Amino acid sequence: MAADKAQTNKNGQSSQMAAMRQVLRYIRRYWLMVGFSLALAAVTVVLTLYVPILTGDAVDLLLGEGMVAFPAVFSIMKKIGIAVAVAALSQWVMNTCNNHITYHVVKDIREDAFEKLEKLPLKYLDAHAYGDIVSRVVADVDTFADGLLMGFTQLFTGALTIIGTLIFMMVTNVPIALVVVCITPVSFLVARFIATRTYSMFKLQSEIRGEQTSLIEETIGNQKIVKTFSREEAVKSQFGEINDRLQGCSLQAIFFSSITNPATRFVNSLVYAGVGIFGAFVAIRGGISVGRLSCFLSYANQYTKPFNEISGVVTELQNALACAARIFELIGEEPQVPDAEDAKALTDARGNVALENVYFSYVPERKLIENFNLTVKPGQRVAIVGPTGCGKTTVINLLMRFYDVDSGQIKVDGTDIRDITRGSLRTSYGMVLQETWLRSGTIRDNIRMGKPEATEEEVVQAAKAAHAHSFIKRLPKGYDTVITEDGGSLSQGQKQLLCIARVMLCLPPMLILDEATSSIDTRTEMRIQNAFARMMEGRTSFIVAHRLSTIQEADIILVMKDGNIIEQGSHQALLEQKGFYSTLYHSQFEG
Amino acid sequence: MNKLMKYLSDYKKESVLAPLFKLLEAFFELLVPLVMASIIDRGINAGGAGGADTAHIWRMGLCLLALAVVGLVSSITAQFFAAKAAVGFSAKLRQALFDHIQGLDFTNIDKAGTSTMITRMTSDVNQIQSGVNLVLRLFLRSPIIVFGAMIMAFTIDVKSALVFVVAIPLLAIVVFGIMIWTMPLYKKVQANLDKVLGITRENLTGVRVIRAFHQEEVEEGRFRGFTKALADSQIFVGKISAVMNPVTYVIVNGAIIFLIYIGAVQVNVGNLTQGEVVAIINYMSQILVELVKLANLIITVTKALACADRVAGVFEIRNQERTAATGISEGMGGAKAPDSAGRAQGAGAASLDVGGTPFLHFDHVSLTYAGAGAETLHDIDFTVNRGETIGVIGGTGSGKSSLVNLIPGFYPVTGGHLRLEGRDIAQIPEDELRGMVGMVPQKAVLFKGTIRSNLQWGKPDATEEEMWQAIDTAQAREVVEGKRGKLDAEIAQNGKNLSGGQRQRLTIARALVRSPRILILDDSASALDYATDAKLRTAIRGLEGGTTTFIVSQRASSIRHADKIVVLDDGEMAGIGTHDELLENCEVYREIYFSQYPEERLKAAGAGNGTSGNRSDREKGGQSHGSR
Repeated sequence: MAADKAQTNKNGQSSQMAAMRQVLRYIRRYWLMVGFSLALAAVTVVLTLYVPILTGDAVDLLLGEGMVAFPAVFSIMKKIGIAVAVAALSQWVMNTCNNHITYHVVKDIREDAFEKLEKLPLKYLDAHAYGDIVSRVVADVDTFADGLLMGFTQLFTGALTIIGTLIFMMVTNVPIALVVVCITPVSFLVARFIATRTYSMFKLQSEIRGEQTSLIEETIGNQKIVKTFSREEAVKSQFGEINDRLQGCSLQAIFFSSITNPATRFVNSLVYAGVGIFGAFVAIRGGISVGRLSCFLSYANQYTKPFNEISGVVTELQNALACAARIFELIGEEPQVPDAEDAKALTDARGNVALENVYFSYVPERKLIENFNLTVKPGQRVAIVGPTGCGKTTVINLLMRFYDVDSGQIKVDGTDIRDITRGSLRTSYGMVLQETWLRSGTIRDNIRMGKPEATEEEVVQAAKAAHAHSFIKRLPKGYDTVITEDGGSLSQGQKQLLCIARVMLCLPPMLILDEATSSIDTRTEMRIQNAFARMMEGRTSFIVAHRLSTIQEADIILVMKDGNIIEQGSHQALLEQKGFYSTLYHSQFEG
Repeated sequence: MNKLMKYLSDYKKESVLAPLFKLLEAFFELLVPLVMASIIDRGINAGGAGGADTAHIWRMGLCLLALAVVGLVSSITAQFFAAKAAVGFSAKLRQALFDHIQGLDFTNIDKAGTSTMITRMTSDVNQIQSGVNLVLRLFLRSPIIVFGAMIMAFTIDVKSALVFVVAIPLLAIVVFGIMIWTMPLYKKVQANLDKVLGITRENLTGVRVIRAFHQEEVEEGRFRGFTKALADSQIFVGKISAVMNPVTYVIVNGAIIFLIYIGAVQVNVGNLTQGEVVAIINYMSQILVELVKLANLIITVTKALACADRVAGVFEIRNQERTAATGISEGMGGAKAPDSAGRAQGAGAASLDVGGTPFLHFDHVSLTYAGAGAETLHDIDFTVNRGETIGVIGGTGSGKSSLVNLIPGFYPVTGGHLRLEGRDIAQIPEDELRGMVGMVPQKAVLFKGTIRSNLQWGKPDATEEEMWQAIDTAQAREVVEGKRGKLDAEIAQNGKNLSGGQRQRLTIARALVRSPRILILDDSASALDYATDAKLRTAIRGLEGGTTTFIVSQRASSIRHADKIVVLDDGEMAGIGTHDELLENCEVYREIYFSQYPEERLKAAGAGNGTSGNRSDREKGGQSHGSR
């Protein structure tokens, strides 16, 4: 049990260190500004330390009734005024610098995380809850920003103040300074002790928060279904359960970390008392003036506070680092195998596609595609049919290189697709999926997605070809209508029409249509089919469809079942085989 | 913020005790300079010439230590109560927020964006929690110290204390001025954060399309734009907040300069001792220390207040009252029974014509969505008998889904009446109504858990047997049996580990498990192949207990065997009848049908003459809606 604890502590600490190193790498980019900020911090600290000395000197001049030297007092007052003004100014500039550094570092980290997101293999993304990833990029980075800013504004000045104070104290009176030196480190030890204890608590809190975000994402995102089944109470209690756990662990984390402040303040009080008592005895023997003692006390009171602050910052940083560790975990995730250095860009593909001895499975223990061979000549139409869930989309995943084959190879125009840049391979295909996705933005931007330089005329042309023009025209702002998240008010079918228009605009040399018209009514579909037919003319195309009428005209039909290709051939040939395909074909005319 | 205060009410004790102990701590802290002054004046300077009182120094020293210990104890106590209240508060708030969102009706769900809801529930609530925690710990402590220091100064010397009287309001103006100035700016920061969240989510859900169009770099550019806007707004507000510390520093030290001057005069006159001047200056610098803390706190509190506004905004989204002409209202959450008048009336209406009441009656129903300019459904009028199968067919955007969404009361009927067994559905309690309906939505969504837990959505206490029965009817047996663990097989978030067709079949099973009186399949077989679709329909028809089924589909084959087919065209009924009737007299239906079965058109054309003559007769008789 105890050993376990030690272990987790150690793990916590090492991942914390790793996170710290990463953070420093990001900060390094702003070293010039960091240097400037440090210089300003030094100015601020020196001046703020100098002011109590001046004050002390002034107090020493107030010896008693009729013994005050006013001109000297006035000159000291002037000095204080100047020092304070300069200190205030440099403090403001320093704070501004720190803000700048912090928010830029945070921006950099977010951008790197997002960049990684764009490069992560689908294997990773398909296997992770979106809510959790989102919470890392947004909430965790935010918490980290808070911690970092606090760290910046207080850690610098804090450390410098401590050093400065020590020097001033040593110069003024060594014995009293020694009292301070001996007692203050205790507050550091206390803070450190608490920080290491609470790190794992904060990490746990982060994890439970992630879990909760996932649930929120899932239920709020599908609120209508929750309501349809009157499951509000059930999800509420599910939420409540996580919420209770979060409450428990947050309370622990927050309470234990908040002990730091009182504890260090207590140490400060000890220092103050120590200086008070010891200083008084030194003063009796004439070793220090009352003014200097008051200055000492003011140090003890005000400027051992940095210890306080630093330890406060340390807990905040713990929390921040725990969050940073989660985001760095994402950034450090293995990206997809990058394009080979000598990878070709596929331009004007002719559309020769060959699959040779392809083996693939999502999980090793469940075999899926085995020894799959297929040769498609330019302009041929390949239809993939099969019962629901037979793995039709898997083939698309492989063709588009969303997933890599386990063994064997896929070639386009005679080149292994792993030797072609992903971008050029994918843009050579025009893809329309069953699950429509539109980006938030205007309708025009969505249609232009694959070809940003398209003219207005081309956009309208594509929309007309996809039979989307008429409904777009009827929208309040036509092509400038802004589509909100997830397509918002558009119907499933309208969204699909836009997805088709998107592809119609690019006209890539090869096509993948995965249930591309599943949400469109058949009358419109008929017309779109004509447009598709024109588009497919001379283009290699892969079509996943249920409607056998669309399939009949294909040059090659792949019949899939349970992830395997069980039949392959033309419509006529397959019907004559009287196999699975012919049963499937005839079933559509039954009731 | 005020509106959210009620979630703190369960922690009244803690919220009072935390500042109380803080007050205690502050009080002890305020005594320290007095003790020190006493050490200087009565210890060091006692009796003037070298006559120091060492015993007094020791006594006072011990006193300092005692104050430190008492301070520590009360401060830790305060921290505990503050943490407990803050964490408890945010837990309650989060739950209330979640509950509130669960209670929103469909119209509001359409309006509320998912990602902003998520930020509000997570990041915003966390900020509020830190805010509450800090307020309890420090917000009261600071004024206590500030005013306490002033009072202490008064006890020492009134003239010097007047400096406090001037300095403190100045400080208050600076602190609160900056707070008021920055608050709206923090709101803007939070709105920018929303955008960052939105694009992150969007890129996860649309990853395939983005990669297919090779848009990774474009998206990165967009993301950069959003993070830049965020950073800019953060830096701007940061610049203003950064003013606070330097300005308060200047004010406090200015005050100290005055204190030195006044002290010099007073000491010279003999009104004050050196130790007393030290004490007064000490009090002033204590104020500064407090203000530095307060400034850091202000940022957190301002942020928290901005976040609280956003959260309160969610609570302000209220459902329209669910009413019919009689004005029966359903409160928030809608799970309450209607008042007795409504029930009596509903029951009365039913008892009036028990014999001839159709099971479901669309009585000239129209629907206009909130905020929409035009009607989505116009004058829909037909009746349904118990146990019938109704097919609904029509083009994209013709209003098919809207039509069936009216049945479980997802959207309020805005014209005409929709009656279930004679009762206007606006007057049937939401729970009762939804309990009767088994809905299979267009989008096949499953939830994280197991197959079993997903089926339990349909019926929480479903037996194993009922589940398998539903699975069989939904043609999902092979899906379930193909998974390791069968009913207990894991389902990932959104059912991502299943294919579209598998998900669809399980969503059908989910609706069937409750043996609904009305089953609605809203285009929910689109991912099924024809064979499975056909088997599914046969199985549903074979269900016992007279389930009334609505099948919405694009496919003629899915609905051709329905007892009645409703043909919709642009929100209006273009025809109703059986397949054969419609084929004869409904142009829209004919077009749909022949587009899917081109060979049938040839046959029809071959046998054509008689049919078309027949049709024109009917059209003359005004029977058909399908002439266009």
